Amino acid sequence: MNLTLKIWRQKNANDKGKLVEYPISDISPDMSFLEMLDVLNEGLINKGDEPVEFDHDCREGICGMCSLYINGEAHGPDRGITTCQLHMRMFKDGDTIVIEPFRATAFPVIKDLVVDRSSFDRIQHAGGFISVNTSGNTIDANAIPVNKHDADDAFSAATCIGCGACVASCKNSSAMLFVGAKVSQFALLPQGKIEATDRVLNMVKQMDEEGFGNCTNTGACEVECPKGISLENIARMNREYLKASLKG
Amino acid sequence: MSGILNSSIGRKFAMALSAFFLMIFLLQHFAINILSVFSPDAFNEVSHFMGTFWLVQYIFQPILIFGVIFHFVMGFVLEIKNNSARKISYAKNNGSANSSWMSRNMIWSGAAILAFIVLHFIDFWFPEINTKYIQGDMSGLLADGEGFRYYEELVHKFENPIRVAAYCLAFVFLALHLLHGFMSAFQSVGANNKYTKSLKGFAKVYAIGIPLGFIFIAIFHYLNH
Amino acid sequence: MALDSKIPKGPLKDKWTNHKNSINLVNPANKRLIDVIVVGTGLAGGSAAATLAELGYNVKAFCFQDSARRAHSIAAQGGINAAKNYQGDGDSTYRLFYDTVKGGDYRSREANVYRLAEVSANIIDQCVAQGVPFAREYGGLLDNRSFGGVLVSRTFYAAGQTGQQLLLGAYSALNRQIGRGKVKMYSRHEMLDVVIVDGKARGIIARNLVTGEIERHSAHAVVLGTGGYGNVFFLSTNAMGSNVTAAWKAHKRGAYFANPCYTQIHPTCIPVSGDHQSKLTLMSESLRNDGRIWVPKHIKDVEAIRAGKLKPTQIEEADRDYYLERRYPAFGNLVPRDVASRAAKERCDAGYGVNATGEAVYLDFAAAFMRYGKEQAHVKGLDENDDALVKKLGQEVVKNKYGNLFQMYEKIVDQNPYETPMMIYPAVHYTMGGIWVDYNLQTTVPGLYAIGEANFSDHGANRLGASALMQGLADGYFVLPYTIGDYLANDIRTGTIPTDSPAFDEAEKNVRDNIAHLINNNGTHSVDHFHKRLGKIMWNKCGMARNAADLKSAITEIAELRKEFWKDVRVPGTNEEFNEELAKALRVADFLELGELFAKDALLREESAGGHFREEYQTEEGEAQRRKEFQYVAAWEYKGDPKDAVLHKEDLVYENIEVKERSYK
Repeated sequence: MNLTLKIWRQKNANDKGKLVEYPISDISPDMSFLEMLDVLNEGLINKGDEPVEFDHDCREGICGMCSLYINGEAHGPDRGITTCQLHMRMFKDGDTIVIEPFRATAFPVIKDLVVDRSSFDRIQHAGGFISVNTSGNTIDANAIPVNKHDADDAFSAATCIGCGACVASCKNSSAMLFVGAKVSQFALLPQGKIEATDRVLNMVKQMDEEGFGNCTNTGACEVECPKGISLENIARMNREYLKASLKG
Repeated sequence: MSGILNSSIGRKFAMALSAFFLMIFLLQHFAINILSVFSPDAFNEVSHFMGTFWLVQYIFQPILIFGVIFHFVMGFVLEIKNNSARKISYAKNNGSANSSWMSRNMIWSGAAILAFIVLHFIDFWFPEINTKYIQGDMSGLLADGEGFRYYEELVHKFENPIRVAAYCLAFVFLALHLLHGFMSAFQSVGANNKYTKSLKGFAKVYAIGIPLGFIFIAIFHYLNH
Repeated sequence: MALDSKIPKGPLKDKWTNHKNSINLVNPANKRLIDVIVVGTGLAGGSAAATLAELGYNVKAFCFQDSARRAHSIAAQGGINAAKNYQGDGDSTYRLFYDTVKGGDYRSREANVYRLAEVSANIIDQCVAQGVPFAREYGGLLDNRSFGGVLVSRTFYAAGQTGQQLLLGAYSALNRQIGRGKVKMYSRHEMLDVVIVDGKARGIIARNLVTGEIERHSAHAVVLGTGGYGNVFFLSTNAMGSNVTAAWKAHKRGAYFANPCYTQIHPTCIPVSGDHQSKLTLMSESLRNDGRIWVPKHIKDVEAIRAGKLKPTQIEEADRDYYLERRYPAFGNLVPRDVASRAAKERCDAGYGVNATGEAVYLDFAAAFMRYGKEQAHVKGLDENDDALVKKLGQEVVKNKYGNLFQMYEKIVDQNPYETPMMIYPAVHYTMGGIWVDYNLQTTVPGLYAIGEANFSDHGANRLGASALMQGLADGYFVLPYTIGDYLANDIRTGTIPTDSPAFDEAEKNVRDNIAHLINNNGTHSVDHFHKRLGKIMWNKCGMARNAADLKSAITEIAELRKEFWKDVRVPGTNEEFNEELAKALRVADFLELGELFAKDALLREESAGGHFREEYQTEEGEAQRRKEFQYVAAWEYKGDPKDAVLHKEDLVYENIEVKERSYK
């Protein structure tokens, strides 16, 4: 396949940045999208140019590091996948592909397509945990039975990989799917109920301070989420938050 | 509870509450207006009751006005805030791939509805307030004293085809606004559960049915007079 | 230096308890005066950093990823072992210990493994208390499944994402401490050297990957939880960034490197599709619970499949060779990984590989669909003889168990594994070798500790499935935080370690010189070019089957490649910016040294054990042949070039287990 790439190049956080066009040829449909970028970079390096920087690590869709906005969609046109799982067979010979970083004020660009998502970490620092020390003598695991349905829902919420596609896709750059998933995971489990009030208040407060927008329920996040995290988690967070506000 | 309106979720919740209130009001407004199609007398009776009953006039009406203003102001505030959450926009954004046009353009359908409300106030509400509270005529009667004035006034407004067209257009925007807004309000207050699927059907009926009904009323009066 | 493993005296089952009772403790007020650096935030590093902070130490945690949550432990799929015996199938601490030592082909340290088995149950309790959503049964209790090399069901799991859930558990514990200010987190930082002051590890040199700044960080002890070195093969199931740099720098500063040749080649990975391939993707071993592995019995069928004239589903049962079930009737498809991998290689080498490259075998779920489907039909009172219905019901069950893996497979291969068998082939996955540590997990450098995959201690020559997660968390939550106190008890009056000492100067200069060399080199080839060539040498000559001649040539080739690399590599850009190529170059430079030691170690080990298979040492049936005289840990001391490394032996003594021929028949 021969393609035209339009890639966002930005030297550093202070640079203005612009889209730069790169033709690329002999791309196999079996390549992953990132392998296609590897080929581009190899060519750029051999020519003496600077390669395009992009975040990636596990390349199997679980670490959440890769983060490209491809042809107007987070992680590209396919569903239920991250960019590293996107394969070139999704494109046609002669296509033009626009590649941009995830954009949000809370995700400043570091270089080219690499963004800083530490705002997500700070939200987790604010309350994304259950306060239990490693003592080695917590009660036996089976002493806390959990209804299978709740356990499965908690698991589904917990599969969030923290990639930020929800924020990138949201017209408001809202992080509510991300935060809602974590709040839900713990809200659904008996272990998490004890700190539920503080957790949701603190996490939402931090989320607001980071400069994420507000959710207007467009549902774009759910569609683009590589792990299919459900909007129900946002509804659950809303409930938890209102409950907590009334208590606190 | 303090500061809840400063939080993102608190604001969402407030938007949803005012939306619920407005949606109930809309239903009630429609129920009265549709009477004008079947029975001018009944329409007159109910209008007079609503226009003079103290609970409606002094309690519900101010709440409603507050609700309308709140919903608009908060809507615009949130829009501005949300826009600042992404200062550099995408060169290429394929929004239709993951969300409906309605959900992405609530601010525009909302602005259109706001423009309509201004027109609507000029048409009905300001004259009504003028008659009742400035001129002090609480009788609800026509100038010649021959029966109630409400039906006549309504019909009179729909003689002008341009106004009828403007009303119809506004109701189209209202439908678009409701097509997203109805379910969105439920989601915002945290109601997303096994009933959501059936509620979605009802939301469509409401979002299309009510504005369509209003359009029907406007065209009906235009054609009949 | 003589190797002292510091195994406590006394009966096996009391060693850990007695040891904990007798080692030094640091009182809570003094812990506040002590700094600990933890490099790596995976299961081992993340859990250690969190626990050390809970205990009261000041922790600085480092990871090269953009967040602690992205450490490669996240990719572990199948599960975590624990001797809970919830299934009542005869499991016990001893049995887990026994299975692990046997699975490791009697090349691991008894006392460490027993301790691992002992604390395994605590891990599950701890994780559940943290809110890790393990799979449950309808009664609300935890579910288990079975893994390779064992006869009980002791594996706890969260669908095919157990590593993710456990790591997020450790990450949440870490976050809690970051929130409390007890852990200072340095993400996008790469450790480039360890600093030794007066013979003790007292800090690290790290590069800020965003700004390129070279930073000095001091502490009273340094803990490495930096994972394995499978990426020395270029193609592996490791993350792209997984590297040996931290461990290798520690080695160069005096930490012995043990058994580098013990590499696990995982049997169920998606086969290589072409030269562009940047990494390999694992399909969880748990799939072997329900999938049956086969190749066609007749070479004509193989040819027809490759030519696209025949589909695997069209081959009759009688014409299929379920070679694992044939060769190992007792364990069948659930033999340990090394055995399964070699068996696949044997069939493919014999010409029975089922894809274009001839390097793939089938993993077939058709039988499982029908088995589960019949069960479901029975439960639901539906027609058990309606094959289409039964198949559909069965597929639902399998989807619930492994849905994400099936989806992953379909995305990569573009074939629907519900309709046609998966194609799999072995790939480099895990490294049992690593930095040598004693019972306290301390390396040969005082104050320098290694935990998780980065050390060598628990898995011998082959790791059993679902044991990596167990070891990472055991080390981080339950072992290191106590044993490190024994060492730190001597540091309560030391005070903050200054970073302006000559040792820091020298280490920083070293790092800066290396970087300057790479940046100013202006060679002709990219870093990947060299990395791929190294990978080819490693895979062809130090891969699933090794022999003396190949290993010898590998040693020379790697040494030459290393020279060429330093002369001819091209690293674009500058140090003072985000520069992935520079980061990669620094990592590959270390792989090029490790690779040579790897081959040297493999050459020395004239036996076959676990993941290390020497063609010269096999039984008549082609099984691995262990040799008594190699019942030791090979710990290598750095002396300049890898070829000059000096061997130290730690003899392995088995007092509680009979060393037998490992049989899974």
